[in-house]
Amino acid sequence: MNRLAAATRWSRLLEFAERRLPALTRLKRAESLPIRLDRHRIYVLPTRFGALFSLVLAVMLLGALNYNNNPALLLTCLLGAASYQSVFQAFRTLNRLELHAIRTEPCHAGEPLRVALHFRTDARPRRSLCLRVDAVEIRFDLPAAGEGCVHLTLDAPQRGWRRLGRLRLSSTYPFGLFEVWSWLHPDVAALVYPRLEPQAPPLPLDPAEAQWQTARGSGDELAVLREYRPTDPLRTIAWKASARHDTLLVKEFERRRGRDVVLDFGALHGLDREARLSRLARWVFLAEAAQVRYALVLPDQRLGPGLGAEHRHACLRALALQPGGAP
Amino acid sequence: MRTTPLTSAQFALTAASVSVAILPHLLRLPWLFAVPIGLLVIGRSVQRRYRAAPIPGWLRLPLILLFPALIVFHYGNLFGREPGSVLACAMLALKLAETETRRDAHAAIAFAGFVLMSALLFADSLGVSLLLLAALSLLLAALRELEVPGTSRPPLVALREDLRAGAFALFAAVPLGLIAFVFLPRLGSPLWGAPTDATAHTGLGDRMAPGTLQELLIDDSPAFRVRFDDPAPPRNDLYWRGPVLWYFDGSAWSRPEFFGSSRAEDELRTAGRAIGYEITLEPSDRRWLLALDMPLAAPDNAVRGADMSLVSRTPVANLLRYRLRSAPRYQLETTLDPVHRRFALELPPGFDPRARALAARWRRDLGNDEAIIRAALALFHDRFFYTLNAPLLGRDSVDDFLFETRRGFCEHFASAFTFLMRAAGIPARVVTGYQGGYYNEVGDYWIVRQSDAHAWSEVWLAGRGWVRVDPTAAVSPQRVELGARAAAGDSARWYQADWLQTLRNEFDLVNRYWNDAVVQFNALRQRSLLTPFGIDKAEDSELFAVLMVLSSLVLALALWWVIRAERPDGDALDAAYARLCAKLARAGMARDPAEGPRRLAARVAARWPDQRELQRLLAVYVRLRYACALPSTTAVRAFARAVAALRLRRSPGVVRPIG
Repeated sequence: MNRLAAATRWSRLLEFAERRLPALTRLKRAESLPIRLDRHRIYVLPTRFGALFSLVLAVMLLGALNYNNNPALLLTCLLGAASYQSVFQAFRTLNRLELHAIRTEPCHAGEPLRVALHFRTDARPRRSLCLRVDAVEIRFDLPAAGEGCVHLTLDAPQRGWRRLGRLRLSSTYPFGLFEVWSWLHPDVAALVYPRLEPQAPPLPLDPAEAQWQTARGSGDELAVLREYRPTDPLRTIAWKASARHDTLLVKEFERRRGRDVVLDFGALHGLDREARLSRLARWVFLAEAAQVRYALVLPDQRLGPGLGAEHRHACLRALALQPGGAP
Repeated sequence: MRTTPLTSAQFALTAASVSVAILPHLLRLPWLFAVPIGLLVIGRSVQRRYRAAPIPGWLRLPLILLFPALIVFHYGNLFGREPGSVLACAMLALKLAETETRRDAHAAIAFAGFVLMSALLFADSLGVSLLLLAALSLLLAALRELEVPGTSRPPLVALREDLRAGAFALFAAVPLGLIAFVFLPRLGSPLWGAPTDATAHTGLGDRMAPGTLQELLIDDSPAFRVRFDDPAPPRNDLYWRGPVLWYFDGSAWSRPEFFGSSRAEDELRTAGRAIGYEITLEPSDRRWLLALDMPLAAPDNAVRGADMSLVSRTPVANLLRYRLRSAPRYQLETTLDPVHRRFALELPPGFDPRARALAARWRRDLGNDEAIIRAALALFHDRFFYTLNAPLLGRDSVDDFLFETRRGFCEHFASAFTFLMRAAGIPARVVTGYQGGYYNEVGDYWIVRQSDAHAWSEVWLAGRGWVRVDPTAAVSPQRVELGARAAAGDSARWYQADWLQTLRNEFDLVNRYWNDAVVQFNALRQRSLLTPFGIDKAEDSELFAVLMVLSSLVLALALWWVIRAERPDGDALDAAYARLCAKLARAGMARDPAEGPRRLAARVAARWPDQRELQRLLAVYVRLRYACALPSTTAVRAFARAVAALRLRRSPGVVRPIG
């Protein structure tokens, strides 16, 4: 109980600090890209090795002073100044670095989430940068006057929007004596689809329809006329229709293998919500694989029927954003 | 990250750092330590090439115990400058043996820096310091390699980058480092015991046994440097007086203890002008100070003995500089103290009967002192040879030399001559020191090397006092004219060729500057640094304040360099527009990142309808930027000036131009 009170007080203190000194706290609000690092948000502290090294320097200094050995003192002063001035180089490693784009690929919950962060630098190359997100740490260099792409693999345990959270960009360049770091909190979230049910039953097709589908075979029927694209084969051009209009038109055929499948949330009895969403996601996946048109019926909306990457994404997105997922 | 195994390049640089740190010590250590430590470093480097694993513990643990035991066995204890440095080297080598991770490498390199610096406690010449400077940049390069694992680059490119970064870091550190060096207050007295253990400094001793000077005569290290106030006296007058030896035990000459005490000053009568000069004495760990014959007074912290030799109160452990005045024409001790007379005539009984007989015959036949001296010098001149390769002498060393070998150098001649004089009843003593020197024209100073060591005699003559007699000059005048080695002729080795010697002597100028500027920069000179600014004797606090102010200035400069405004993207027009937007933002009307100038103008017009100048500027920008292919320079400049002249007030609603 006491600990809880202390924790509350601590978080309240942090909130207060954030309100009063936004630059000093790392509890910064998410900000829109591009994020450019400058002196207002770069912090420096000596590393543990830096502390040890300064201790050694102090011993050397004392020894040189004690034995009245001027050459030793001169070299100690030079080494000390060199190591101290490395703090500026360390600062320059992060200064004016820009995070200008983040790309994520949607994934299913439980699968690794791939994130690509695009950094941009000025004329100087940046060495030995270290990016940490959650427990994932990755080291990379950036070439001069160029862009660098850093690929991260994060875990995505829950469906819904997965916020990237705070990224810690740090470096101990050039000598490992000082660590400079900065917190990046890009306003970016990745969509995480529901988990795919591993052992899902097959698509809910009527047996009769399935037979009909095989009987029809690959029968094609004309779906629509559209404008000619340079890669279309000549035999698909609808010459008569083209003559009526001024442009070349192409006959587009659609392969139909049967009636639409309806994937109905409400029809899945005896399962909790997450299990239902999991199964529906798997069915979407199966329907796409079998090239069967499908419609998705959810308590709050109905999608389709349709087929193709866009439809699939729309369905999975609707599934992912069902209430009860990640905020 | 800290426990990541090292790449081979990282390990190689770490091992190189450790090696350069140990190397200066290794050349100095007894083989008992040098060999195992060297083998350990080499063996470990070879082993790491084949297997990325530390040397196993069963091998390391005995070594960890063995080294301290060996040190205690050899030196008697673990502490002190000499055993401490051995221990540090051994521990550093052992650290390398277990270095596998980045963390180990960090520790090893930091410790290597310490070991490297401690090498300067043993030799602080310019050459060593420059080598150490190079070694420091190697250390920094190794640290950098630990930060930037060079796997993506070819090893040589990576190495060059690292070395360049290390050298650059040291170069950039020069201003701050120099300021710290000059103004860091020196300790008035050492915090812990100053070094007492004898080091391998060569120099004159208070004893002259056969062969002692021979070691010196082949040693080319500098003994001291001299700068004369006026033109230097002729070379054959440059007798640098060191310890005066009175006591002869049959084989060696030495100095009785009590002659260290000083005596009345009026024994020395001078004639002619005194010569003023300044001597910078290399550390010898002995108490002798050198002076040109005859010093008029002792420098601070030293006393002048009755025999006119100068003795410092403390051993000369560091470079020592002192000023002296000497009289080349003098009369010393015209009435001889009875005690001195007894010492100056004493001979060990039972040695060298033939020399005694010869001296007795001279006394009987010639009678007068001057004639006896002439006879002895004539004997040397006619029958003797000067060589550095003198044959060994037996028990009756003077007899052997005078009647058998007849070959030798200053030591033999001075010893035999003094013996003959005493045997003939003339008070005499041996003086050791240096003779001559090399004049460096560029730096206008004389350098006297150990190889200029010399020994001569002084005899006491009634009415004239002590008179210098150099029997070596009688045998080989070149010794006094040219120097010991030139006189010996035959013993020159290939690296002692004349032109090389000359080059070295000329190059000594750099050493002198180094000594002047760095080694000799003591607390006294530091205190007088601020004299031009009206502070005669700067206190530690004042020095510290200056140190703080100057280093803050340097750091502020570096800071400015780091955070100085970057050149904005785009051209002058964009820069001016950015300034305008910044002014608007300060007035409470920030441009949205996605907002174009016309939309901004509309917003501005809605909020501040009476702000005509602002409207005009935004319109001008739109025209210049979008309505013409290449805006004219004059138009852009006019726009920039107008932006600069624009004054906006923060007060809401009322924004008007001022001025």
